[in-house]
Amino acid sequence: MEQIPILSIIVLLPLVSGVILFFLPGERRDLIYRWAFGTGLLVFLMSVAVYVSFDIQGSRYQFVEQYDWLPDLGVSYYVAVDGISAPLVLLTGIVMFTGVIISQRIDDRPREFFGFLFILATGVFGVFVALDMFALFFFYEIAVFPMYLLIAIWGWKETREYAAMKLTLYLFIGSVIALVGGLAMYFQSGLGTFDMLALESANFSPEFQNFWFPFVFFGFAVLGGIWPFHNWSPDGHVAAPTAVSMFHAGVLMKLGAFAALRVGIMLLPIGAQTHMPWIILLTLVNVVYGAYIAMVQTDFKYVIGFSSVSHMGLVAMGFATLNQDGFVGAGVQMVSHGVMTALFFAVVGMVYDQAHTREIPKLGGMVKYMPFVAVAFIIGGLVSMGMPGFSGFVAEFPIFMGVWQFQPWIALVAVISIVITASYVIRIVSNVFFGELPEELEGHIKDVSPSEKFALGLLCLVLVGVGIFPSTMVPMVEAGVKSVLTLLGGA
Amino acid sequence: MILAVLPQISLLILAGVVLVVDLIVGKERKGVLAWLTIYGSAVVFILTLIFAKPDSAPVEVWGGMLRFDWLAYIFNLVFIAGAAITALFSIGWEQIGRRGEFYILLLTSTLGMTLMAASADIIMLFLSIETASIPLYVMAGFITSDDKSAEAGFKYLLFGAMTTALMLYGLTLLYGFTGMTNIADLAAAFASAELPLASSLGAIVLILVGFGFKISMAPVHFWAPDVYEGAPTPVAGFLSTASKAAGFAVIIRLLLVAFPTDVLPGWVLIVALASTLTMTIGNTLALAQENIKRMLAYSSIAHAGYILMGVAAASALGVTSITYYVIVYLVTNLAAFGIVVIFWRAVGSDQISAYDGLSRRSPFLALAMLVAFLSLAGVPPLGGFIAKILVFAAAVEADLIWLAVIGVLNAIIGLYYYLIVLKHVYLFRSDDEDKKIAIARPHAVALGICIVGIIVLGVVLTPWFEWSQAAAAAIF
Repeated sequence: MEQIPILSIIVLLPLVSGVILFFLPGERRDLIYRWAFGTGLLVFLMSVAVYVSFDIQGSRYQFVEQYDWLPDLGVSYYVAVDGISAPLVLLTGIVMFTGVIISQRIDDRPREFFGFLFILATGVFGVFVALDMFALFFFYEIAVFPMYLLIAIWGWKETREYAAMKLTLYLFIGSVIALVGGLAMYFQSGLGTFDMLALESANFSPEFQNFWFPFVFFGFAVLGGIWPFHNWSPDGHVAAPTAVSMFHAGVLMKLGAFAALRVGIMLLPIGAQTHMPWIILLTLVNVVYGAYIAMVQTDFKYVIGFSSVSHMGLVAMGFATLNQDGFVGAGVQMVSHGVMTALFFAVVGMVYDQAHTREIPKLGGMVKYMPFVAVAFIIGGLVSMGMPGFSGFVAEFPIFMGVWQFQPWIALVAVISIVITASYVIRIVSNVFFGELPEELEGHIKDVSPSEKFALGLLCLVLVGVGIFPSTMVPMVEAGVKSVLTLLGGA
Repeated sequence: MILAVLPQISLLILAGVVLVVDLIVGKERKGVLAWLTIYGSAVVFILTLIFAKPDSAPVEVWGGMLRFDWLAYIFNLVFIAGAAITALFSIGWEQIGRRGEFYILLLTSTLGMTLMAASADIIMLFLSIETASIPLYVMAGFITSDDKSAEAGFKYLLFGAMTTALMLYGLTLLYGFTGMTNIADLAAAFASAELPLASSLGAIVLILVGFGFKISMAPVHFWAPDVYEGAPTPVAGFLSTASKAAGFAVIIRLLLVAFPTDVLPGWVLIVALASTLTMTIGNTLALAQENIKRMLAYSSIAHAGYILMGVAAASALGVTSITYYVIVYLVTNLAAFGIVVIFWRAVGSDQISAYDGLSRRSPFLALAMLVAFLSLAGVPPLGGFIAKILVFAAAVEADLIWLAVIGVLNAIIGLYYYLIVLKHVYLFRSDDEDKKIAIARPHAVALGICIVGIIVLGVVLTPWFEWSQAAAAAIF
């Protein structure tokens, strides 16, 4: 196909730009920020281009590029997007761009900050578009390690060292265990290739699939925050600087879910069918318990951190239903939650920058000083409650439908989470944004800058846009899900 | 025939030239010796690369003493490159940088290693191991005015002598059982003769003790931390890379060739257990270290454990993975020790806590350290990632899935302590932050070569992998 290698550019541009950043003079903050902004904008525009020009009626994988990498082992650089990953590429583009804008105020070594952030972005894009298992692992590991430095260096002083190490070790353990599973698939298939499309038709024996599925699935699902391996995530989110929390909760957790789907469910479908009935119970714990813990937190950022656990539980639950509605819902939820949680963390960061505290009881009355931020948060809150007219509804409704088809009582229990979510969202809105401004904050609160408003506005636009016009995203995800269902034997 | 020993001959000539020049030049111009060694090794490297390339079919030369094949070719290049980079890092190091003896010893040891990698006969094997080892004992204890260095040299010598004796005993048993010394003949003899399993395995264990000493395999790894800590840092870097690579070359030569797994399957389990023990001990003890050289010593023990997975796989992919790993490890660990050299010269401390605030004192040194340590930890897009994947793949292919799982769990412990060091570099503050760190030009060049090597080995895979495959094809 004669075309611009747009996916490769999206994947490699952040890396190249990040490396160039390291060679810019460290004291020219202006130049560094402008460089980062330009890169972010460019990548964002290209991800929009990919999303818009994805042809729903077209072939399963589009924008295909394949080059030999290590032909002796059947490794190739093989990238493409399907209906599930195209929205995720868009999501990453949005979060990266807004994350750069929000990070304008980073004053400690901004050069290194943006450098590592961009290396991380390359890893994330790479996983979403990889069709070669080796490439997928390659990019996956690239995405894991800069997190450590980003959190440990620029994070919240109290917990950053602990949280960064915990997060890195959890994710690394998960990924290397999945790696062993991946290697087992490679050798068992006897095809001598890491091409995942070829491995899909390898017809692994049921015993093999049943044995290896949990390793691969959980190995990746750790990053998706599945219970009981979720507890790196709230600590990590809270300790991370704002842009990194956005990236992390918004995009990185999807990486885990997506890879669990791509390598786990799609390559080992029989294993998935065997194990999902009990895995769905774990996701149920995620959904309800995560929401409950979020409700009792007093730290603003921890509330959001645990809400991510709850919402990512819905994604895993959607996968676990193994039916069309569940998958479609999960696919949309990945994007919807990604944008929503990026918005939340951006708001938390803005409030903290002004008030220097995140304790909910010590805050109040913010709406007077930062009305735009308050509105943005309320929109995010409505999304997270699954209110119709917002993307959360488009995502969660099909998930619950899927779960109902699978086992009605699970759906009934899971729905409780929406009530709990509503309670903590409303509590934050009323305690942080409305009510009285505490005396000690008097005169310290200023509105955010126009560029930050722009970032919030962009995020809100996606949430509302998908909510009002589901047709901008749902048919694409449906197209992607169709091929997953084919692999599952039309189940 | 001559081409087969071209690297050895040219190394010998180079050592002779250094010796003569050392006698001629005056005291204040001794610095030229280092450059002579470096440029000389570079020339030897290029000569070997171009002219000593073997045909695809291995041949035995010099009365069956040496094999002229791809395995020897690639390992020779590794040793020579290691010697050149070590010489670069030795420049400016008090008491070694301007001493002719040091460079002669370095070249002689390299000569021994090139013979080790090419040996086709157990007598040649033993002689070459001694040729490589004895100069290393002296180099480790080279700074006689420093007690630690003297202790390192002496400890290394005693340990080396004992394990060599055990290995020699094992080799004599092999000769006693079969009446042969040529390794290929040994293989044939073992395949046909009905030898009692216990005595063959006994001989293998004895030999493994000697080889294990070279590669710092548990339980004969005790010397490594003390010697690495006490020896001059460039020497420690050389010990952990080239010398270790030579150890693996002879392990491939003897174990994998003379004892086919279909006849003598037992030794695979022994190696697999040794691998488990080695990487676990190396990694867990590295956790507690406060001196960076000791930490790198334990990390180097752990890496020997990973590479042993490739030996335990006893397959073509296994040898391929060992070769790739050795190449990656050469540049990675030389970079790590090189950073220690540069830092020590500027700050005068090897404590990990002294590295606090390094990223503010020298962003480039910090970045180099990030690359080297993450490569050791096995993070893409660096060489260490590919090397680790290959040894794990070899283990999985050989149905040693338990070993692969132990390996990946160990990789996590490894990541932990490498990150701790990076935390000192990037996160912690210190009072000396405004004191910049000067990097001497030769050191910057050497470090640059290593860092570029690490990245190239991690991104452009095919050429090196095909080299490694060619090395494996020489055995299987």
